[in-house]
Amino acid sequence: MEKIYSRTLTIQENKVSGFCPGCMHSTVIKLIGEAIDELGVIDKSVAITGIGCCGLHMDYIAYDNITAPHGRACAVATGIKRTSPDSLVFTYQGDGDFASIGLAESVSAANRGENFTVIFINNGIYGMTGGQMAPTTLLGMKATTAPKGRNAEEHGYPMHVCELLDQLTAPHYLERVSCNTPQNVIKTKNAIKKAFKYQLEGKGFSLVEIVTSCPTNWGLDPLDALDFIEQKMLPEYPLGVVRDKK
Amino acid sequence: MARKLMKGCEAIAEAAVRAGCRFFAGYPITPQNEIPEYFARRLPEVGGVFVQGESEVASVNMVYGAAAAGTRSMTSSSSPGIALKSEGISYCAAARIPMVYANISRGGPGVGAIQPAQQDYFQATKASGNGGFEMLVLAPSTVQEAVDLTYAAFDYADRDRNPVLLLADGVIGTMMEPVELPPMKTDEEVAAIKASKSGWACIGHKLDYANRSWIAPGQWDTAIMQKQNEEAAAVYASWKKDLQVEEYQIEDAEVVIAAYGICARIGKSVVDICRAAGKKVGLIRPITVHPFPYSSFDKINYDVCKAVLDVEMSIPAQLVQDVELGVKGRCPIETCLCSGGNIMSREAVLEAVDAILAK
Ligand SMILES: Cc1ncc(C[n+]2csc(CCOP(=O)(O)OP(=O)(O)O)c2C)c(N)n1
Ligand code: SF4
Ligand SMILES: [Mg+2]
Repeated sequence: MEKIYSRTLTIQENKVSGFCPGCMHSTVIKLIGEAIDELGVIDKSVAITGIGCCGLHMDYIAYDNITAPHGRACAVATGIKRTSPDSLVFTYQGDGDFASIGLAESVSAANRGENFTVIFINNGIYGMTGGQMAPTTLLGMKATTAPKGRNAEEHGYPMHVCELLDQLTAPHYLERVSCNTPQNVIKTKNAIKKAFKYQLEGKGFSLVEIVTSCPTNWGLDPLDALDFIEQKMLPEYPLGVVRDKK
Repeated sequence: MARKLMKGCEAIAEAAVRAGCRFFAGYPITPQNEIPEYFARRLPEVGGVFVQGESEVASVNMVYGAAAAGTRSMTSSSSPGIALKSEGISYCAAARIPMVYANISRGGPGVGAIQPAQQDYFQATKASGNGGFEMLVLAPSTVQEAVDLTYAAFDYADRDRNPVLLLADGVIGTMMEPVELPPMKTDEEVAAIKASKSGWACIGHKLDYANRSWIAPGQWDTAIMQKQNEEAAAVYASWKKDLQVEEYQIEDAEVVIAAYGICARIGKSVVDICRAAGKKVGLIRPITVHPFPYSSFDKINYDVCKAVLDVEMSIPAQLVQDVELGVKGRCPIETCLCSGGNIMSREAVLEAVDAILAK
């Protein structure tokens, strides 16, 4: 029988994922693995993992990994890529990590046009610590530290990371994707592959923002979380290419 | 070998380059700006990389990354900036990443004063970040010693896979002295050092689940975390052999000055002046301030020693607590202190010595 689909080699056999059921972190990790596999770059791939639920994949991936302090992944990536320019270097960070505590490191690396890739997981919440408000939390959305829901007067508005970085001259490629439908999953994988290719061509900074779910802290079952993405997240975070210098 | 007149900060940077340092990231702060400025000029000449970080936090994390990729790497700052680096230093210690950093310390607390001070002693020797890790902490008292200790620091860091701190005060960093520079490591030697780390360096590895690089400054599994800490503790315990101390005329001393860095240099000149006048004064100068040479204080003759005089540019005194652990109550301890960016005066130390002798 013809084999048309199998486990990507970049995910180890017989290991257990630490993610909650229905969490899209695990989908994205699989897509990163497939992209690395298909590009044939496992021997040069390095992930800089932020602090958050993103850390739950470190046990079962097959490529090199280093954990950065909360928010500092882009600084750590700068040090690795500048001294090991042949490596494929990418950070894997949540919205609290990249866009709150790490905003200075994130924007500064983008502004320098560092030649690495950011995989940015926007689930609108602090997953790991139990559902506190993130810079990306939607207006009206409840969080444990905004029990009545986010309101603009007190908390300001959801942060649009791609559009924010689009104010800078240096970034090469910025795209927002999601994993809420099979089509969007394919688009996400293509965006990751494109960002990696640009890096391998030395084109400079690239970021793929992935709108994902956190069923656990959204208080929704995984299927309802898909509807929430479609109905609430995507109107705030429209999908598409924000910048592509080609 | 020819000697060269160099400013402390620049001499430290050149010594690092000669030791094979090929990555530096730092953020401006007085009195150490000459270190990043020197690296910015010098590193491109030797195929190295200089990055001006957007903050001390970013800079130390760039060094964490570069060192994790196997390159000899360094950062530097002064007191308030060193405080910001503590996060990254703790990560380097936890993940056992070799790196070197220098504190050209200035007055504090807070933004303090840009002038020299020794007010970061506890931070440097007891808790340079969260988690109770330890480092070799080297405290030069001349520009030459700063050069030699910087050069050696990279070997210690690689040997132990641990950060090493050069604790220099603003006097050492900003004064000019003639120095003899150590030999420049060849490109081949620098490449060989990097290659020796390729097994664990985070640069990409052939598909092999058991043998990829996984730099882990923490663990989900507490048993593994404890084991990691036990392994680190065993390294710290091995540092007794690395103790460096200068014991100067202490055998018959009626007053023993205890001081490190620039205060020790001033203290030594006081010893010479006193000895010329027939006064029996000696000096204990820790060069490694961590680990601390407590046993040097066992060599004092407590039958004749009236007091140990702790001399430091810190109010309240900090070094004095380690001196107390060395003296163990065998004689009184007096202090001669200044702070906030004021430099210790020889006259003040002489007066303090005379006051003890007069008792
Ligand atoms: C310096 C520091 N501050 C706070 C924390 C606690 N902490 C761990 S994960 C996290 C939030 C992560 O949220 P996000 O980046 O959105 O990732 P997610 O879990 O949602 O994927 C926080 C605040 C920490 N580990 N370190
Ligand atoms: S808490 Fe949320 S982000 Fe974290 S693993 Fe669970 S579902 Fe995923
Ligand atoms: Mg999040």
